[in-house]
Amino acid sequence: MNIVVLVKQVPDTWSERTLRPSDNTLDRDAADGVANELDEYAIEEGLRLAEAHGGEVTIVSMGPDKAAEVIRKALSMGADKAVHVSDEALRGSDGLVTSAVLAAVLARTGFDLVILGSESTDARMGTMAAMLAERLGVPQMSFASKVETDGSKITIHRQADYGYDTVEGTLPAVVSVVEKINEPRYPSFKGIMAAKKKPVETLTLADIGFDPGQAGLAASATEVVSFAKRPPRAAGTVVTDEGDGGIKAAEFLAARKFI
Amino acid sequence: MAEILVLAEHDGGTVKKVTLELLTLARAHGEPSVVWTGEGAEGAKARLAEFGAAKVYVADSPDYADYVVAPKAELLATLVAEKAPAAVLVAATSEGREVAGRLAVKTGSGVLTDVTGISEGLVGEQSIFGGAITVQSKVRTGTPIIAVRPNAVSPEPAPGAAAIEAVSTEISDAAKTARLTGRVVAERGERPELTEASIVVSGGRGLGSGEHFALIEQLADSLGAAVGASRAATDAGWYPHQFQVGQTGKTVSPQLYMAIGISGAIQHRAGMQTSKTIMVVNKDPEAPIFELADFGVVGDLFKVVPQLIEEIGKRSEG
Ligand SMILES: Cc1cc2nc3c(=O)[nH]c(=O)nc-3n(C[C@H](O)[C@H](O)[C@H](O)COP(=O)(O)OP(=O)(O)OC[C@H]3O[C@@H](n4cnc5c(N)ncnc54)[C@H](O)[C@@H]3O)c2cc1C
Repeated sequence: MNIVVLVKQVPDTWSERTLRPSDNTLDRDAADGVANELDEYAIEEGLRLAEAHGGEVTIVSMGPDKAAEVIRKALSMGADKAVHVSDEALRGSDGLVTSAVLAAVLARTGFDLVILGSESTDARMGTMAAMLAERLGVPQMSFASKVETDGSKITIHRQADYGYDTVEGTLPAVVSVVEKINEPRYPSFKGIMAAKKKPVETLTLADIGFDPGQAGLAASATEVVSFAKRPPRAAGTVVTDEGDGGIKAAEFLAARKFI
Repeated sequence: MAEILVLAEHDGGTVKKVTLELLTLARAHGEPSVVWTGEGAEGAKARLAEFGAAKVYVADSPDYADYVVAPKAELLATLVAEKAPAAVLVAATSEGREVAGRLAVKTGSGVLTDVTGISEGLVGEQSIFGGAITVQSKVRTGTPIIAVRPNAVSPEPAPGAAAIEAVSTEISDAAKTARLTGRVVAERGERPELTEASIVVSGGRGLGSGEHFALIEQLADSLGAAVGASRAATDAGWYPHQFQVGQTGKTVSPQLYMAIGISGAIQHRAGMQTSKTIMVVNKDPEAPIFELADFGVVGDLFKVVPQLIEEIGKRSEG
């Protein structure tokens, strides 16, 4: 099976994230870059499916040169090879543009399964799997907490607020995963050493036949007009429980008309 | 006035609150037309009229529920082409966002997700990076597609005609590739849905075990609230994953959020810090969650919470 896992480098959620005042785009230098957390679950699922059914796992990442770090990490977990789309013209691309670029790369790599995290911790749109399925014309198997395939049919549990739905389709397909799906492995020392020799193909937009004029901030269908730090919340009242903490809490709720 | 399409979310014909919120927002920027999929529109007409729907486009076919997302996006794309609306509003639920994503590709339009308010010129307000930054964003290509966070505004009634108009339910084969074959509904009792609830009571590692979540459920039930959990609690298997609040869980912004035995890690705050009122119970006065608290009790939750439940009981009797 030809499995492609999409990986995105995002600013670490532990660090202070901000936008660049010059063009209101993500300030990638302000925070450490890490692999988007849910992408590790996507990599793990790709590896498990390849182990069970045979085949190769290819990592695809779109992002600046710095994204090479998260690609290495994915390879050290056990993926076979990687494609890194890196082009200055991509800066500031919104979700719609990103999905177009990724679809162009996927047309080039081919795939039986595309696996990605259901959401990134920076943009948090939760739309990429849907956009890709739409562009590629393949089944959308998103928010999967479980994936089963026999190599031609695919069944997932689609996580929902009320529980889950069972969804069926045929390969090729796009799958997005939620963290309940598995427990990602840590790269082993051997894996880290092996990753250094694994092939990483770095491509520009020209290489994938994508018009740079259709990419980046200028070509994006959305724009951030302005941004501001959220004002800190007004300091509240904190009491120490002296046997009446619950009563005081109830008084507060009553004063605010919640009870 | 310009037409604005509002995709209805409903539960077997019962209109969800978020749809009324969307209508309220839409009214400020145009004339809202509801897009209704599946059956039940006749029964919902009065409710939709009460909140200002001018029209209700009804696509009554079970296919919209039987195939994942794509049929709804196709329906909206057809309506966008026919009616040339000023904008399309959907709820920023998992499904709503995905409908928005597919519609964006189909129509070559920009999409804003998780919008908490819409101002003049269809500028959407979003709160990003876990609520640390507020941005104003705009769609500059195509028909603006705006996914609005549930609970961002309060629904306000204003009469409309809600004239029902049946539309074509023809769905292409391309939109029928992911088929729903079963549904497992987790036990949630009579509690409201997490993202829609006006009160959310969440428990964290401080609960110490899954059994102790009964205390959180009791408190929630005394307030008619939904139950949430920190990741420490869901990872430990104390509470089902779909109730996780935070960076990798649900984002909620209820009128009241209660954090019980939760420290307030940045990833948890990401899912709750836009709540209107926040109450905290934690035994550690240094816990960062107190920075967000409108009211906090430093104390043992196993003492404070039972007393609170009792007190709420007394007051509701009295
Ligand atoms: C990429 C990433 C994504 C993440 N996503 C999420 C997410 O979506 N949601 C999320 O919640 N976390 C998330 N986390 C985890 C987050 O960093 C914290 O580990 C987690 O929120 C901690 O949960 P907690 O507050 O319940 O536990 P703890 O941090 O252990 O806090 C427990 C609290 O309970 C208090 N306590 C203990 N006993 C009592 C008692 N008897 N009475 C009163 N108080 C008591 C303690 O004082 C303490 O403050 C994420 C982390 C990462 C790295």
